Amino acid sequence: MLRTFKRGVQFIGSKLTSQDKITLANLPSKVIIPLQQHTGTICESCVKVGDLVKKYQKIGDSKSIISAPVHASISGKVSEIDIYHHPLGRKVLSVVIESDGKDEGLSLEKRDVERLSRDQLLAIIKEAGIVGLGGATFPTHVKLNPPKEKKVDTLIINGAECEPFLTADHRVMLEHSFDIIQGIHVIMKITGIKKTFIGIEENKKDVIKLFEKELEYDTSVHVVELKTKYPQGAEKILIKTITGKEVPSGGLPMDMGVLVQNCGTVKAIYDAVYESKPLIERVVTVTGAIHRPQNLLVRIGTPLKEIIEQCGGYLGDPQKIILGGPMMGIAQYTDAVPIIKGTTGVIVQNKQTINKQDESYCIRCGRCVNVCPMHLMPTLIAKTSEKKKYDLAKEYRALDCFECGSCAYACPSKIPLVQYIKVAKNEIVKHG
Amino acid sequence: MDKKLTISVYPHIKDTVTKNKLMLYVIIALLPAIAAAIYFFRIKAAELILVSVLSALVIDFIMQHITKNMLQGLNLSAIITGLLIALVLPPTVPLWMPVVGSLIAIALVKYAFGPGSAIFNPALISRVFLVNAFPTLTSTWIWPDGITGATPLTIVKLQGFSALQEKLGPLLYNKLFLGNIAGSLGETSALALLVGGIFLIAFKVIDWRIPLVYISSVFVLSYIFGQNPLFSILAGGLFLGAFFMATDYATTPLTKKGKIIFALGCGIFTVLIRVYSSYPEGVAYAILIMNALNPLIERYTKSRVFGS
Repeated sequence: MLRTFKRGVQFIGSKLTSQDKITLANLPSKVIIPLQQHTGTICESCVKVGDLVKKYQKIGDSKSIISAPVHASISGKVSEIDIYHHPLGRKVLSVVIESDGKDEGLSLEKRDVERLSRDQLLAIIKEAGIVGLGGATFPTHVKLNPPKEKKVDTLIINGAECEPFLTADHRVMLEHSFDIIQGIHVIMKITGIKKTFIGIEENKKDVIKLFEKELEYDTSVHVVELKTKYPQGAEKILIKTITGKEVPSGGLPMDMGVLVQNCGTVKAIYDAVYESKPLIERVVTVTGAIHRPQNLLVRIGTPLKEIIEQCGGYLGDPQKIILGGPMMGIAQYTDAVPIIKGTTGVIVQNKQTINKQDESYCIRCGRCVNVCPMHLMPTLIAKTSEKKKYDLAKEYRALDCFECGSCAYACPSKIPLVQYIKVAKNEIVKHG
Repeated sequence: MDKKLTISVYPHIKDTVTKNKLMLYVIIALLPAIAAAIYFFRIKAAELILVSVLSALVIDFIMQHITKNMLQGLNLSAIITGLLIALVLPPTVPLWMPVVGSLIAIALVKYAFGPGSAIFNPALISRVFLVNAFPTLTSTWIWPDGITGATPLTIVKLQGFSALQEKLGPLLYNKLFLGNIAGSLGETSALALLVGGIFLIAFKVIDWRIPLVYISSVFVLSYIFGQNPLFSILAGGLFLGAFFMATDYATTPLTKKGKIIFALGCGIFTVLIRVYSSYPEGVAYAILIMNALNPLIERYTKSRVFGS
């Protein structure tokens, strides 16, 4: 049975690369590895300029619990440790490694996974630097270890991939279904959860069929077919669609006894636990105004420029480069930024494809209200924000907005509603 | 990379629907009613519509410059207002009348509140103003055959339904539906309005709830009040009001529940005015009354926010 949620938006034929197999990206000439690629405390570098490092070697770590170590993704020499452009728009201390071309890795130990305890598994996941690969980049070992008083009994694997254009999760699920199922059982062992759902949008029929077949005799893991609608993959929306439970305003999924993990993260957990591999690479959909759109398995830290060259270069003059999906991705200042753990996609827009329409006034057509998955009134929040009446914006529940962008997408007057709402949210938080 | 890249807040893609496209659809949807007006009331209808649209455009252009508000050159919403002003006037009015109407609708109602923020339907305010300021000039009606005579609603109000039956003969509903009757330029042909209205619903310009609830509530209430329900929905300005006035974005609620309450209120007031007041028709006042209640309705029909 197809499940869905109320409101939201539907896109037509937006997944160009869904049939393209994951291609191994060329070995980068250098990597720029930001010491912060996660939500939480920034790592301290554990190498110095001039050090020779091997692939898989830890190069940054933190004593803080909410943090995740970073590793060398190639072998070579540390040439710089300096402030660099970061995909999130700020500048972050990063370790630059010049490749020696050998791609030599540390030898990886063999493990008897069955005999590992819960705490050992958690430690492995922490050491591997795993964070939420759907884009949120919250350290996974923290998420897998909720406070004792929270009884978490349901695991949801997020395979919705509701952003248009992106197909990285689609390919990972299709090409690594076995690893993902193994990974799910690791998570179930750690958390003691007995019941798992994999939510997949119906535009990935091949994945749905594959998982249904592979899980035929597995009674603890269920495939849930979801209607293709944005933002189905947003955590709160996914939980509501699958379990019927609404995460309360300001609350967390664990308050409802639910744990959500992105399918790519689960694959990373498998790699860390079974293959002893830390997180040094991820699948990225590279698409838009480039010559050869594809799904690439990219080393973390590879500069965007090298990725785009491998895809045949830009198609026309690039006007906008987006890291992430077109709905919630972040526009970049330069193609010198590196791919990081949370990079789901690279989308290039040129003169023909960029969206540059002038903002007009609100005609009160109500489209933003009709698409808001949180049932807010975006235009009213934006209007109060514009007039700096932030207390009113709060009354309109601006803080419940998770900035999916459906309203701004649907707006016929092209009002940057998300921008106005973001401002209101910042002001509300700042002034209490 | 030396080229400047565009930085903007997400989303980086937008729906193809634009404000101007929506307005263009409304204009297209009005074409059948315009054609019907010209067919039934000939050259006079064409003249009134043309003068009304031109004066609306000129006044809008002037107002754009006076208020320096969102200069945008050709404003399609002014064309819509101009068309609606003409369509709610009797075919007998002098040509200067839509000019005065445009002045009221655009300079006063629209620009006084800023773009997109009018609190009353501009075309209806202008109609109410003209009817009250020039009662004699606005109360002469003609039938499509050119003969002066009262509108069906007035005939029924003053002489009863049988008088209308006598006048129109066995093709009564036929004539009411096609528009072969006396009335304001654009209101006579229910068929033409229905075609335009369905077009607007099909292209998701308007919400189907408003016309459906409005028209069906008039049907049911008229029956309850002892009127002929079919006659009640086909006569007067109901279809024009239900599809093109009660669906005006600026002056109706944003919420779905609010739209239903709004339309229901329009239906109730339309029937009450038709039955109990000295006016034969109540659509204009009904919608204006509900316009006044719009902020209140919107306030109390907000959806429950997810997770609250």
